[in-house]
Amino acid sequence: MERVYKVYAINNGTVIDHIPTPLALKVVEILGLGNEGVFTIGVGFQSKRLPKGKDILKIENRVLLESETDKIALIAPEATINIISNGKVSEKRIISVPERIFGVMHCPNPNCATNKLGAHSNFALEDKETMTYRCEYCERVTGIVPENLTAPE
Amino acid sequence: MSSFKGRDIISLRDMTIDDLWTIVMRAQEVKEGKHGDCLKGKTIASLFFEPSTRTRLSFESAIVKCGGNVFGFADPGASSQKKGESFSDSIRTVTGYCDAMVIRHPVEGAGRLASEVATVPVINAGDGANQHPTQTFLDLFTIHEEFGRLKNLKIGIMGDLKYGRTVHSLTHAMAMFDAEMVFISPPSLRMPSAILSDLTEQGISYRTADTPEDAADMGLDVLYVTRIQKERFGDPLEYKNVAHGYRINCNTISALGDQVRIMHPLPRVDEIAEEVDATPNAIYFTQAHNGVPARQALLGLVTGGIS
Ligand SMILES: [Zn+2]
Repeated sequence: MERVYKVYAINNGTVIDHIPTPLALKVVEILGLGNEGVFTIGVGFQSKRLPKGKDILKIENRVLLESETDKIALIAPEATINIISNGKVSEKRIISVPERIFGVMHCPNPNCATNKLGAHSNFALEDKETMTYRCEYCERVTGIVPENLTAPE
Repeated sequence: MSSFKGRDIISLRDMTIDDLWTIVMRAQEVKEGKHGDCLKGKTIASLFFEPSTRTRLSFESAIVKCGGNVFGFADPGASSQKKGESFSDSIRTVTGYCDAMVIRHPVEGAGRLASEVATVPVINAGDGANQHPTQTFLDLFTIHEEFGRLKNLKIGIMGDLKYGRTVHSLTHAMAMFDAEMVFISPPSLRMPSAILSDLTEQGISYRTADTPEDAADMGLDVLYVTRIQKERFGDPLEYKNVAHGYRINCNTISALGDQVRIMHPLPRVDEIAEEVDATPNAIYFTQAHNGVPARQALLGLVTGGIS
Protein backbone atom coordinates (compact mmCIF):
# COMPACT_ATOMS: atom_id res chain seq x y z
CA MET A 1 0.00 0.00 0.00
CA GLU A 2 1.34 3.39 -0.91
CA ARG A 3 1.70 5.82 1.94
CA VAL A 4 -0.01 9.04 1.11
CA TYR A 5 1.53 11.14 3.86
CA LYS A 6 5.21 10.50 4.20
CA VAL A 7 5.39 13.19 6.85
CA TYR A 8 2.13 13.94 8.59
CA ALA A 9 0.49 17.22 7.75
CA ILE A 10 0.19 19.74 10.54
CA ASN A 11 -2.59 22.20 11.23
CA ASN A 12 -0.57 24.89 12.90
CA GLY A 13 3.16 25.53 13.03
CA THR A 14 6.13 25.73 10.71
CA VAL A 15 7.14 23.48 7.81
CA ILE A 16 10.73 23.58 6.63
CA ASP A 17 11.19 21.89 3.27
CA HIS A 18 14.16 21.40 0.95
CA ILE A 19 16.73 20.91 3.69
CA PRO A 20 19.65 19.05 2.04
CA THR A 21 19.87 15.50 3.41
CA PRO A 22 21.00 14.84 6.17
CA LEU A 23 20.93 18.32 7.71
CA ALA A 24 17.44 18.18 9.27
CA LEU A 25 18.88 16.94 12.56
CA LYS A 26 21.39 19.81 12.52
CA VAL A 27 18.49 22.24 12.00
CA VAL A 28 16.74 20.72 15.02
CA GLU A 29 19.92 21.19 17.00
CA ILE A 30 20.64 24.81 16.09
CA LEU A 31 17.02 25.75 16.74
CA GLY A 32 17.23 24.06 20.13
CA LEU A 33 14.02 22.09 19.48
CA GLY A 34 15.23 18.98 21.24
CA ASN A 35 13.37 19.43 24.47
CA GLU A 36 10.14 21.07 23.47
CA GLY A 37 6.91 20.28 21.69
CA VAL A 38 6.23 17.94 18.83
CA PHE A 39 8.14 17.90 15.60
CA THR A 40 8.40 15.38 12.78
CA ILE A 41 11.39 14.80 10.58
CA GLY A 42 11.49 13.17 7.19
CA VAL A 43 14.91 12.29 5.85
CA GLY A 44 16.09 11.46 2.33
CA PHE A 45 13.14 12.25 0.07
CA GLN A 46 13.72 12.51 -3.65
CA SER A 47 13.99 16.05 -4.88
CA LYS A 48 14.47 17.62 -8.29
CA ARG A 49 16.22 20.60 -6.75
CA LEU A 50 18.46 18.61 -4.41
CA PRO A 51 19.96 15.61 -6.22
CA LYS A 52 21.29 14.11 -3.00
CA GLY A 53 17.87 14.17 -1.43
CA LYS A 54 15.97 16.48 0.87
CA ASP A 55 14.76 16.46 4.43
CA ILE A 56 11.54 17.94 5.74
CA LEU A 57 10.97 19.24 9.24
CA LYS A 58 7.51 20.03 10.61
CA ILE A 59 7.21 21.79 13.92
CA GLU A 60 3.77 21.72 15.47
CA ASN A 61 2.09 24.68 17.13
CA ARG A 62 5.07 26.91 16.87
CA VAL A 63 5.73 29.77 14.48
CA LEU A 64 9.47 30.21 14.26
CA LEU A 65 10.80 33.71 14.74
CA GLU A 66 12.58 35.33 11.83
CA SER A 67 15.80 35.28 13.83
CA GLU A 68 15.32 31.51 14.05
CA THR A 69 14.56 30.94 10.39
CA ASP A 70 17.54 33.12 9.45
CA LYS A 71 19.76 30.68 11.30
CA ILE A 72 18.53 27.94 9.00
CA ALA A 73 19.99 29.95 6.13
CA LEU A 74 23.42 29.32 7.63
CA ILE A 75 23.36 25.63 6.83
CA ALA A 76 20.53 25.28 4.34
CA PRO A 77 20.13 28.42 2.30
CA GLU A 78 17.95 26.47 -0.18
CA ALA A 79 15.36 25.62 2.45
CA THR A 80 11.81 26.86 2.03
CA ILE A 81 9.73 27.83 5.01
CA ASN A 82 5.96 27.81 5.26
CA ILE A 83 4.02 28.98 8.26
CA ILE A 84 0.79 26.97 8.65
CA SER A 85 -2.38 28.25 10.32
CA ASN A 86 -5.58 26.21 10.45
CA GLY A 87 -4.23 23.73 7.91
CA LYS A 88 -3.33 26.39 5.34
CA VAL A 89 -0.12 28.13 4.38
CA SER A 90 -0.42 31.58 5.95
CA GLU A 91 3.07 32.78 5.12
CA LYS A 92 5.84 31.73 2.76
CA ARG A 93 8.99 33.00 4.31
CA ILE A 94 12.11 33.86 2.35
CA ILE A 95 15.17 33.15 4.46
CA SER A 96 18.17 35.40 4.34
CA VAL A 97 21.68 35.17 5.63
CA PRO A 98 21.77 36.78 9.10
CA GLU A 99 23.95 39.85 9.67
CA ARG A 100 24.83 38.58 13.13
CA ILE A 101 24.78 35.20 14.77
CA PHE A 102 24.72 34.85 18.51
CA GLY A 103 25.40 31.66 20.34
CA VAL A 104 24.98 29.09 17.55
CA MET A 105 28.49 28.93 16.21
CA HIS A 106 31.73 27.86 17.88
CA CYS A 107 34.77 29.96 17.07
CA PRO A 108 37.36 27.57 15.60
CA ASN A 109 40.23 29.59 17.12
CA PRO A 110 41.27 27.76 20.32
CA ASN A 111 42.87 30.95 21.69
CA CYS A 112 39.67 32.98 21.33
CA ALA A 113 38.00 34.62 24.36
CA THR A 114 34.88 32.56 23.55
CA ASN A 115 36.87 29.39 24.14
CA LYS A 116 39.19 30.59 26.90
CA LEU A 117 37.42 33.28 28.90
CA GLY A 118 33.73 32.43 28.66
CA ALA A 119 32.76 35.15 26.18
CA HIS A 120 29.48 34.40 24.38
CA SER A 121 29.82 33.50 20.74
CA ASN A 122 29.03 36.46 18.47
CA PHE A 123 29.78 36.65 14.76
CA ALA A 124 29.19 39.39 12.21
CA LEU A 125 28.64 38.67 8.53
CA GLU A 126 31.87 39.41 6.70
CA ASP A 127 31.00 38.40 3.15
CA LYS A 128 27.59 37.29 1.95
CA GLU A 129 28.84 35.64 -1.22
CA THR A 130 31.33 33.38 0.48
CA MET A 131 29.14 33.04 3.61
CA THR A 132 31.96 33.98 5.93
CA TYR A 133 31.66 35.46 9.39
CA ARG A 134 34.05 37.41 11.60
CA CYS A 135 34.29 36.56 15.28
CA GLU A 136 33.53 39.66 17.37
CA TYR A 137 36.29 38.69 19.83
CA CYS A 138 39.34 37.22 18.09
CA GLU A 139 38.34 38.82 14.73
CA ARG A 140 39.17 35.69 12.75
CA VAL A 141 37.09 35.04 9.68
CA THR A 142 35.47 31.63 9.36
CA GLY A 143 33.18 29.85 6.95
CA ILE A 144 30.00 28.10 7.98
CA VAL A 145 30.78 24.51 8.85
CA PRO A 146 27.85 22.48 10.21
CA GLU A 147 30.20 20.93 12.80
CA ASN A 148 30.75 24.38 14.32
CA LEU A 149 27.05 25.03 14.76
CA THR A 150 25.38 24.08 18.01
CA ALA A 151 22.20 24.62 19.97
CA PRO A 152 21.56 28.12 21.34
CA GLU A 153 23.16 28.70 24.74
CA MET B 1 33.74 65.10 14.84
CA SER B 2 33.40 61.86 16.72
CA SER B 3 33.79 62.06 20.45
CA PHE B 4 36.34 59.91 22.19
CA LYS B 5 35.15 60.47 25.74
CA GLY B 6 34.08 57.19 27.32
CA ARG B 7 35.10 55.18 24.30
CA ASP B 8 36.80 51.78 24.33
CA ILE B 9 39.85 51.39 22.10
CA ILE B 10 39.91 47.71 21.19
CA SER B 11 40.57 47.24 17.51
CA LEU B 12 41.66 49.19 14.49
CA ARG B 13 38.51 47.86 12.84
CA ASP B 14 36.47 50.20 15.02
CA MET B 15 38.41 53.27 13.94
CA THR B 16 37.57 55.70 11.16
CA ILE B 17 40.11 57.79 9.30
CA ASP B 18 38.89 60.81 11.32
CA ASP B 19 39.57 58.95 14.56
CA LEU B 20 43.13 58.24 13.44
CA TRP B 21 43.62 61.87 12.47
CA THR B 22 42.34 63.04 15.84
CA ILE B 23 44.79 60.82 17.71
CA VAL B 24 47.73 61.88 15.54
CA MET B 25 46.90 65.59 15.91
CA ARG B 26 46.40 65.41 19.68
CA ALA B 27 49.62 63.38 20.04
CA GLN B 28 51.46 66.11 18.19
CA GLU B 29 50.01 68.72 20.55
CA VAL B 30 51.07 66.62 23.53
CA LYS B 31 54.59 66.40 22.16
CA GLU B 32 54.57 70.18 21.74
CA GLY B 33 53.88 70.48 25.44
CA LYS B 34 50.08 70.79 25.56
CA HIS B 35 47.57 68.74 27.59
CA GLY B 36 50.17 68.15 30.33
CA ASP B 37 47.54 67.72 33.06
CA CYS B 38 44.86 65.93 31.05
CA LEU B 39 44.79 63.03 33.52
CA LYS B 40 44.93 65.15 36.67
CA GLY B 41 42.90 63.50 39.43
CA LYS B 42 42.36 60.40 37.28
CA THR B 43 43.35 56.88 38.20
CA ILE B 44 44.25 54.41 35.46
CA ALA B 45 44.47 50.65 35.96
CA SER B 46 47.31 48.94 34.11
CA LEU B 47 46.44 45.23 33.94
CA PHE B 48 49.07 43.08 32.28
CA PHE B 49 47.87 39.49 32.21
CA GLU B 50 51.02 38.71 30.26
CA PRO B 51 54.32 40.51 30.69
CA SER B 52 55.23 43.19 28.15
CA THR B 53 57.69 45.53 29.78
CA ARG B 54 58.02 48.02 26.92
CA THR B 55 54.33 48.54 26.35
CA ARG B 56 53.61 48.72 30.08
CA LEU B 57 56.37 51.26 30.80
CA SER B 58 55.27 53.36 27.83
CA PHE B 59 51.67 53.45 29.12
CA GLU B 60 52.71 54.09 32.70
CA SER B 61 55.03 56.89 31.63
CA ALA B 62 52.17 58.40 29.61
CA ILE B 63 49.84 58.26 32.62
CA VAL B 64 52.31 59.86 35.03
CA LYS B 65 53.33 62.56 32.52
CA CYS B 66 49.70 63.65 32.24
CA GLY B 67 49.34 63.95 36.00
CA GLY B 68 47.40 60.70 36.47
CA ASN B 69 47.84 57.90 38.96
CA VAL B 70 48.45 54.33 37.95
CA PHE B 71 47.99 51.00 39.69
CA GLY B 72 47.85 47.42 38.47
CA PHE B 73 50.03 44.42 37.92
CA ALA B 74 52.83 43.55 35.54
CA ASP B 75 52.35 39.81 35.18
CA PRO B 76 49.57 37.27 35.68
CA GLY B 77 51.13 35.83 38.84
CA ALA B 78 50.03 38.97 40.65
CA SER B 79 46.41 38.84 39.49
CA SER B 80 43.62 37.05 41.31
CA GLN B 81 43.12 34.88 38.20
CA LYS B 82 45.58 32.52 39.76
CA LYS B 83 43.12 32.07 42.60
CA GLY B 84 40.46 31.01 40.13
CA GLU B 85 38.54 34.27 39.76
CA SER B 86 37.11 34.61 36.25
CA PHE B 87 38.53 37.24 33.94
CA SER B 88 35.15 38.96 33.68
CA ASP B 89 34.84 39.17 37.47
CA SER B 90 38.33 40.65 37.78
CA ILE B 91 37.35 43.35 35.29
CA ARG B 92 33.98 43.96 37.00
CA THR B 93 35.85 44.55 40.24
CA VAL B 94 38.64 46.76 38.93
CA THR B 95 36.22 48.91 36.92
CA GLY B 96 35.05 50.38 40.21
CA TYR B 97 38.58 51.43 41.17
CA CYS B 98 39.61 53.47 38.14
CA ASP B 99 38.69 55.99 35.43
CA ALA B 100 40.06 53.89 32.56
CA MET B 101 41.91 50.62 32.17
CA VAL B 102 44.72 49.39 29.98
CA ILE B 103 44.67 45.63 29.37
CA ARG B 104 47.22 43.27 27.92
CA HIS B 105 46.17 39.62 27.68
CA PRO B 106 47.40 36.56 25.78
CA VAL B 107 43.86 35.53 24.73
CA GLU B 108 42.44 37.00 21.51
CA GLY B 109 39.31 39.00 22.25
CA ALA B 110 40.13 39.59 25.93
CA GLY B 111 40.07 43.36 25.40
CA ARG B 112 36.67 43.20 23.69
CA LEU B 113 35.25 41.05 26.48
CA ALA B 114 36.67 43.43 29.10
CA SER B 115 35.06 46.40 27.34
CA GLU B 116 31.67 44.69 27.60
CA VAL B 117 31.82 44.23 31.36
CA ALA B 118 33.73 47.39 32.33
CA THR B 119 31.91 50.67 32.91
CA VAL B 120 35.04 52.74 32.25
CA PRO B 121 36.93 53.00 28.92
CA VAL B 122 39.13 50.01 28.12
CA ILE B 123 42.29 50.34 26.03
CA ASN B 124 43.55 47.14 24.44
CA ALA B 125 47.32 46.96 24.88
CA GLY B 126 47.54 43.71 22.93
CA ASP B 127 45.31 40.63 22.84
CA GLY B 128 47.28 37.60 21.69
CA ALA B 129 47.89 37.58 17.95
CA ASN B 130 44.90 39.83 17.32
CA GLN B 131 45.18 43.59 17.89
CA HIS B 132 47.52 46.15 19.41
CA PRO B 133 45.96 49.42 18.27
CA THR B 134 48.24 51.84 20.16
CA GLN B 135 51.25 50.45 18.26
CA THR B 136 49.56 51.55 15.04
CA PHE B 137 48.70 54.97 16.49
CA LEU B 138 52.34 55.62 17.39
CA ASP B 139 53.45 54.36 13.97
CA LEU B 140 51.07 56.77 12.23
CA PHE B 141 52.09 59.60 14.52
CA THR B 142 55.76 58.96 13.72
CA ILE B 143 55.13 58.81 9.97
CA HIS B 144 53.14 62.04 10.12
CA GLU B 145 55.80 63.74 12.19
CA GLU B 146 58.46 62.75 9.68
CA PHE B 147 56.64 63.53 6.43
CA GLY B 148 54.05 66.10 7.46
CA ARG B 149 51.35 63.96 5.90
CA LEU B 150 49.85 60.48 5.94
CA LYS B 151 48.28 60.46 2.49
CA ASN B 152 49.86 58.95 -0.61
CA LEU B 153 53.07 57.67 0.91
CA LYS B 154 55.13 54.79 -0.44
CA ILE B 155 55.71 52.23 2.23
CA GLY B 156 57.56 48.93 2.26
CA ILE B 157 56.57 46.47 4.96
CA MET B 158 59.06 43.73 5.61
CA GLY B 159 59.48 40.60 7.72
CA ASP B 160 56.94 38.09 8.97
CA LEU B 161 53.89 39.31 7.10
CA LYS B 162 51.92 36.12 7.59
CA TYR B 163 51.59 36.17 11.36
CA GLY B 164 52.60 39.69 12.39
CA ARG B 165 49.70 41.58 13.95
CA THR B 166 51.66 44.86 13.84
CA VAL B 167 52.08 44.71 10.07
CA HIS B 168 48.46 43.69 9.51
CA SER B 169 47.19 46.68 11.49
CA LEU B 170 49.64 49.04 9.82
CA THR B 171 48.59 47.80 6.38
CA HIS B 172 44.94 48.33 7.30
CA ALA B 173 45.67 51.88 8.50
CA MET B 174 47.95 52.89 5.60
CA ALA B 175 45.33 51.63 3.14
CA MET B 176 42.91 54.17 4.66
CA PHE B 177 45.45 56.84 3.70
CA ASP B 178 45.86 55.55 0.11
CA ALA B 179 49.45 54.40 0.53
CA GLU B 180 51.30 52.60 -2.22
CA MET B 181 52.65 49.44 -0.64
CA VAL B 182 55.22 46.75 -1.19
CA PHE B 183 55.24 43.63 0.96
CA ILE B 184 58.71 42.18 1.40
CA SER B 185 58.98 38.70 2.86
CA PRO B 186 60.20 35.17 2.24
CA PRO B 187 57.63 33.26 0.17
CA SER B 188 56.54 31.22 3.20
CA LEU B 189 55.66 34.34 5.22
CA ARG B 190 53.65 36.37 2.70
CA MET B 191 50.77 38.67 3.60
CA PRO B 192 47.55 36.62 4.00
CA SER B 193 45.46 36.56 0.83
CA ALA B 194 42.40 37.91 2.69
CA ILE B 195 44.28 41.13 3.46
CA LEU B 196 45.55 41.40 -0.12
CA SER B 197 42.08 40.97 -1.57
CA ASP B 198 40.78 43.67 0.81
CA LEU B 199 43.42 46.02 -0.60
CA THR B 200 42.43 45.19 -4.16
CA GLU B 201 38.81 45.91 -3.29
CA GLN B 202 39.82 49.28 -1.89
CA GLY B 203 41.77 50.09 -5.04
CA ILE B 204 45.12 50.17 -3.22
CA SER B 205 48.12 49.41 -5.38
CA TYR B 206 50.63 46.98 -3.90
CA ARG B 207 53.20 44.46 -4.93
CA THR B 208 55.14 41.69 -3.25
CA ALA B 209 58.90 41.30 -3.21
CA ASP B 210 61.46 38.87 -1.85
CA THR B 211 64.06 41.42 -0.81
CA PRO B 212 64.11 45.17 -0.08
CA GLU B 213 66.41 45.67 -3.09
CA ASP B 214 63.57 44.39 -5.30
CA ALA B 215 61.68 47.55 -4.31
CA ALA B 216 64.60 49.89 -5.00
CA ASP B 217 62.88 51.46 -8.01
CA MET B 218 59.88 52.61 -5.95
CA GLY B 219 61.57 55.45 -4.09
CA LEU B 220 60.13 54.26 -0.79
CA ASP B 221 59.35 56.85 1.88
CA VAL B 222 59.24 54.26 4.66
CA LEU B 223 60.66 50.79 5.12
CA TYR B 224 58.92 49.21 8.10
CA VAL B 225 61.00 46.28 9.34
CA THR B 226 59.74 43.54 11.65
CA ARG B 227 61.35 40.51 13.15
CA ILE B 228 61.23 37.07 11.54
CA GLN B 229 60.90 34.56 14.34
CA LYS B 230 63.02 31.46 14.32
CA GLU B 231 60.04 29.38 15.48
CA ARG B 232 58.34 29.93 12.12
CA PHE B 233 60.91 27.70 10.45
CA GLY B 234 61.20 23.96 10.95
CA ASP B 235 64.79 23.91 9.74
CA PRO B 236 67.26 26.17 11.61
CA LEU B 237 69.46 26.34 8.52
CA GLU B 238 66.55 27.62 6.43
CA TYR B 239 65.94 30.30 9.06
CA LYS B 240 69.58 31.32 8.96
CA ASN B 241 69.52 31.68 5.17
CA VAL B 242 66.28 33.63 5.19
CA ALA B 243 67.24 35.89 8.10
CA HIS B 244 70.51 36.77 6.39
CA GLY B 245 68.66 38.21 3.41
CA TYR B 246 66.51 40.32 5.71
CA ARG B 247 69.23 42.29 7.38
CA ILE B 248 69.15 46.02 6.73
CA ASN B 249 72.49 47.80 6.57
CA CYS B 250 73.89 50.96 5.02
CA ASN B 251 74.08 49.26 1.62
CA THR B 252 70.35 48.58 1.74
CA ILE B 253 69.76 52.26 2.43
CA SER B 254 71.95 53.28 -0.50
CA ALA B 255 69.93 50.98 -2.72
CA LEU B 256 66.60 52.34 -1.50
CA GLY B 257 67.65 55.98 -1.67
CA ASP B 258 68.44 58.66 0.86
CA GLN B 259 64.80 59.65 1.30
CA VAL B 260 63.89 56.32 2.94
CA ARG B 261 63.09 56.23 6.65
CA ILE B 262 63.57 52.96 8.52
CA MET B 263 61.00 52.02 11.16
CA HIS B 264 60.80 49.03 13.50
CA PRO B 265 58.38 48.28 16.37
CA LEU B 266 61.31 47.06 18.51
CA PRO B 267 62.81 45.07 20.05
CA ARG B 268 65.06 44.20 17.14
CA VAL B 269 67.37 41.23 17.16
CA ASP B 270 69.64 41.58 14.16
CA GLU B 271 67.28 42.70 11.39
CA ILE B 272 68.88 46.15 11.37
CA ALA B 273 72.66 46.52 11.59
CA GLU B 274 73.85 48.89 14.28
CA GLU B 275 75.63 51.00 11.67
CA VAL B 276 72.20 52.17 10.55
CA ASP B 277 71.38 53.67 13.96
CA ALA B 278 73.54 56.76 13.42
CA THR B 279 72.09 57.59 9.98
CA PRO B 280 69.31 60.14 9.55
CA ASN B 281 67.32 57.32 7.95
CA ALA B 282 66.88 55.50 11.26
CA ILE B 283 63.77 56.69 13.08
CA TYR B 284 62.95 53.60 15.14
CA PHE B 285 64.07 55.02 18.47
CA THR B 286 62.03 58.18 17.90
CA GLN B 287 59.19 55.85 16.97
CA ALA B 288 59.49 54.00 20.30
CA HIS B 289 59.60 57.30 22.21
CA ASN B 290 56.52 58.49 20.34
CA GLY B 291 54.54 55.74 22.05
CA VAL B 292 54.36 57.99 25.08
CA PRO B 293 52.72 61.09 23.53
CA ALA B 294 50.47 58.86 21.40
CA ARG B 295 49.26 57.06 24.54
CA GLN B 296 49.01 60.33 26.49
CA ALA B 297 46.75 61.71 23.77
CA LEU B 298 44.62 58.58 23.70
CA LEU B 299 44.21 58.39 27.47
CA GLY B 300 43.34 62.09 27.57
CA LEU B 301 40.77 61.64 24.82
CA VAL B 302 38.95 58.63 26.31
CA THR B 303 38.85 60.08 29.84
CA GLY B 304 37.64 63.47 28.59
CA GLY B 305 40.77 65.35 29.68
CA ILE B 306 41.39 66.24 26.03
CA SER B 307 38.39 67.12 23.90
ZN1 LIG C 1 36.89 33.94 18.01
